[in-house]
Amino acid sequence: MAGNSETLHEPDLPADVIDRHRAIVSIMEELEAVDWYDQRHAATADADLAEVLGHNRDEEKEHAAMTLEWLRRHDPALDRHLRTYLFVDADILEVEEAAEHGGDTDDPTSGSLGIGSLRNDSEDSL
Amino acid sequence: MNHLMRDKAPITDAAWAEIDAEATRSLTHFLAGRKLVDFSGPHGWEHSAVDLGRVQPLAEGPVAGVVAARRRVQPLIELRTPFTVSRAELDAADRGAADLDLDAVMAAARAAAMAEDGSLFHGYATGGIDGITELTPHPTVEITDDYSDYPSHVAKAVAILRAADVGGPYAIALGARCYTGVTETTERGGYPVFEHLRMILGGPVVWAPAVDGAVVLSQRGGDFELVVGEDLSVGYLAHDAETVTLFIEESLAFRVNSPDAAVRLAY
Repeated sequence: MAGNSETLHEPDLPADVIDRHRAIVSIMEELEAVDWYDQRHAATADADLAEVLGHNRDEEKEHAAMTLEWLRRHDPALDRHLRTYLFVDADILEVEEAAEHGGDTDDPTSGSLGIGSLRNDSEDSL
Repeated sequence: MNHLMRDKAPITDAAWAEIDAEATRSLTHFLAGRKLVDFSGPHGWEHSAVDLGRVQPLAEGPVAGVVAARRRVQPLIELRTPFTVSRAELDAADRGAADLDLDAVMAAARAAAMAEDGSLFHGYATGGIDGITELTPHPTVEITDDYSDYPSHVAKAVAILRAADVGGPYAIALGARCYTGVTETTERGGYPVFEHLRMILGGPVVWAPAVDGAVVLSQRGGDFELVVGEDLSVGYLAHDAETVTLFIEESLAFRVNSPDAAVRLAY
């Protein structure tokens, strides 16, 4: 069983760390529920119960995804990794090789100068 | 490898790093629009169009009793600026030379920046881009070569925006002639005038060499959007024994959602 929101390892943590902890624990709980519902859904011989359990299981997946998205928005490193590894068609280890070691994969950002928005630079333009 | 074909170029990692660094430095120096408008992307090279959320009714449907409409989109345009560098200079980069001649990179970066900013501020009809100064419904504020009077012109532009219910803060994109005029003809290199402008605007004063005159525009957000598919990148085109030809490339579209959120200042 995952720890609850009060299970912190250190005292006097800043608010953003505690909020991320809350999100992480929530994701753990949701995915654990998915696992349990999945097993019960597979085990039951009652078709109606299986339908309800399967529905509930997939609801928990939605909750996990929503909370994961919140966490991504508040954790730049997680954001970077999710952008690298999610929704790619290439072999996952090849993606890792390219991301970590500059391997020869079809990385669409290769060659980009990474300029993007310069709005934060505007105050210094003169 | 992607369509930029960098892996095919006879260029070492160290030389690529020098080229990319010079291109980035020059582009961020010359680009002004990205300092003032919303930015969406990069959405990738495969991103081809911006959804406009509107349709064009078609004259007749495929069969009687069925009406048809075509979705309207704004295609992205591709901007490519080729340039050629000496292989001897690139070899020198590998030896750690600190005085590399990368003027061609800088010139290409300047051209690429002028192309992007020119399209944003003044439009690029051939590419289907309407510029900020083309669409603004407000009268142009006339400016003169009396640059000490510049704050009053900017205040007039801000007043026009306020009267049109366009909230601030505001910013100004100062064209090369305006910038030079202020710095060279007003006291203390233009510092008091620029500070006065910042106070009136509540936002930044940006050097914008692609702008003819100047543009005052709102910074409240949502009014102007630069949509980028492939962000500014350096790719490989060809080489011979003496030179390597590369290019700076991007794909973009520009949307003016609120034409009344900008005022042009012109001579």
